[in-house]
Amino acid sequence: MSAPFPHRHLLGIEPLAAEHVVSVLDTAETMREVLGRPIKKVPTLRGRSVVNLFYEASTRTRSSFEMAERVLSADSLSIATATSSVQKGETLLDTAKNLEAMNPDMIVMRHGSSGAPHFLARHCKAAIVNAGDGFHEHPTQALLDALTLRQKKGRLEGLKVAIIGDVLHSRVARSNALLLAKVGAKPVLCGPPPLLPVGVEQYAPTTTRLDEAIEGADAIMMLRLQRERMSGAFLPSTREYHELYGLTVERVKKAKPDVVILHPGPMNRGVEIASEVADGPYSVILDQVTNGVAVRMAVLYLLLGGSGGEA
Amino acid sequence: MTPPRGFRERLCLMDAARLDRTLSRMAAEICERHPDTARLLLVGVHTRGVPLAQRLAARLPVRPVVGSLDITLYRDDLTTIAPHPLTRGTAIPVAIDGRVVIVVDDVLFTGRTVRAALDELVDFGRPARIELAVLCDRGHRELPIRADYVGETVSTARDEIVEVRLSDEDGEDSVWLLEPAPLPAATPPPPPPVERRPAAKKAPAREAPAKPAARPARAATRRKPAPRRKR
Repeated sequence: MSAPFPHRHLLGIEPLAAEHVVSVLDTAETMREVLGRPIKKVPTLRGRSVVNLFYEASTRTRSSFEMAERVLSADSLSIATATSSVQKGETLLDTAKNLEAMNPDMIVMRHGSSGAPHFLARHCKAAIVNAGDGFHEHPTQALLDALTLRQKKGRLEGLKVAIIGDVLHSRVARSNALLLAKVGAKPVLCGPPPLLPVGVEQYAPTTTRLDEAIEGADAIMMLRLQRERMSGAFLPSTREYHELYGLTVERVKKAKPDVVILHPGPMNRGVEIASEVADGPYSVILDQVTNGVAVRMAVLYLLLGGSGGEA
Repeated sequence: MTPPRGFRERLCLMDAARLDRTLSRMAAEICERHPDTARLLLVGVHTRGVPLAQRLAARLPVRPVVGSLDITLYRDDLTTIAPHPLTRGTAIPVAIDGRVVIVVDDVLFTGRTVRAALDELVDFGRPARIELAVLCDRGHRELPIRADYVGETVSTARDEIVEVRLSDEDGEDSVWLLEPAPLPAATPPPPPPVERRPAAKKAPAREAPAKPAARPARAATRRKPAPRRKR
């Protein structure tokens, strides 16, 4: 039996205990049932308000949060900073203080700087959910990946999971490596040397050889090559990257026969992943999207525990 | 199974044999009203309602479909509960449109659980009829709700608890009436001889219901409103 969820914010996977990860996954499983109903709406968070504050581009994560908020009957407001006063030079703190004055119960934030949600959590009364901060963490992504893996494999303990690609720029890699290690799986990080940051060994064993990472893997998580964050010359060319680190049908054969392939999206087809693999039988990429809504519903539900009265 | 903190057993309302007879009688009543039991859908409310629904179904001539309902997401007090209770999941295995649905729960108290269950059920479709079967009706309704099949009606004080124990969850079959037990620390001016009954452990069958001398202590030592277990 899973344990009640004691946290007020979801800033990362790091502060969560393994049993609380399990609580989120179990709750998400019941939320999936709601998504399969003829009427996909429950009155759970009626009258609660959530602000989605996105300082970086996002389709999947933002729409997934919005969908989760609607299914749970919360009132939501999405702010894309490209069309907001942030363009006029407003600081993060001022934006937050102004939003705070509207009394939201929760702020879901994506920001380009690591630690921005932690900063917000120190200054706001609302519950803060990190929807991705810089190169740091993306907890809901790791949770939905874990849910997808658990559904496909029936367990998480002991699974060998290869996390491959642009580890340096990937908050998804960090959150996933942390979560998998917590629940007893065996993550392996793999990428070209310039994209494997110093010190990343503290999260999981690393290798620069793709075949070594894939050998006998139960699951493969491909990471997007984040070219928009690459200021220096990290790679000679995307073609060479694909030659050495792209996931092709041939390479998948080295993994276990029942391997599943995940990708947090958006995919660069023909760069980190070949189209035949992305659309192939092992791919669970679209299950991840459905599970994303369920996991975000679970997070909303668990964090928005009553504030009126006892608290 | 030990009573929750701050409560002690006052009265055994049903032992295993009586619980068994009661369920058989309720099944007979259901059967009388709905002879074609194959067309029924029994829906147990988590937690104790689910095994009760299964036991009722097993006593019907043709076993109907059994589902389970987790009303947590439909509670009307979620804004005051922290942390939120964990969910157990709802499973309605067939389409409910046009069917007779019997909601099964262990104890009918305020009626708020049933209100939530009705709201949740109609989100699955439009049943021909919804009925309610409860093992125990303890009164104190806060909503205009009544049961169609009642195992036993018990008169209780509002701060008491009716606890249904089922072998599937608790290792024994019985129904107990629990009363608030004065905690030593919570009695401000203790009258010299503090009345404390031995915490009746496994009282054989039925304890003599009213020991009037033992009860007055309660009114004087009533602390905060008792934690409500069964909504």
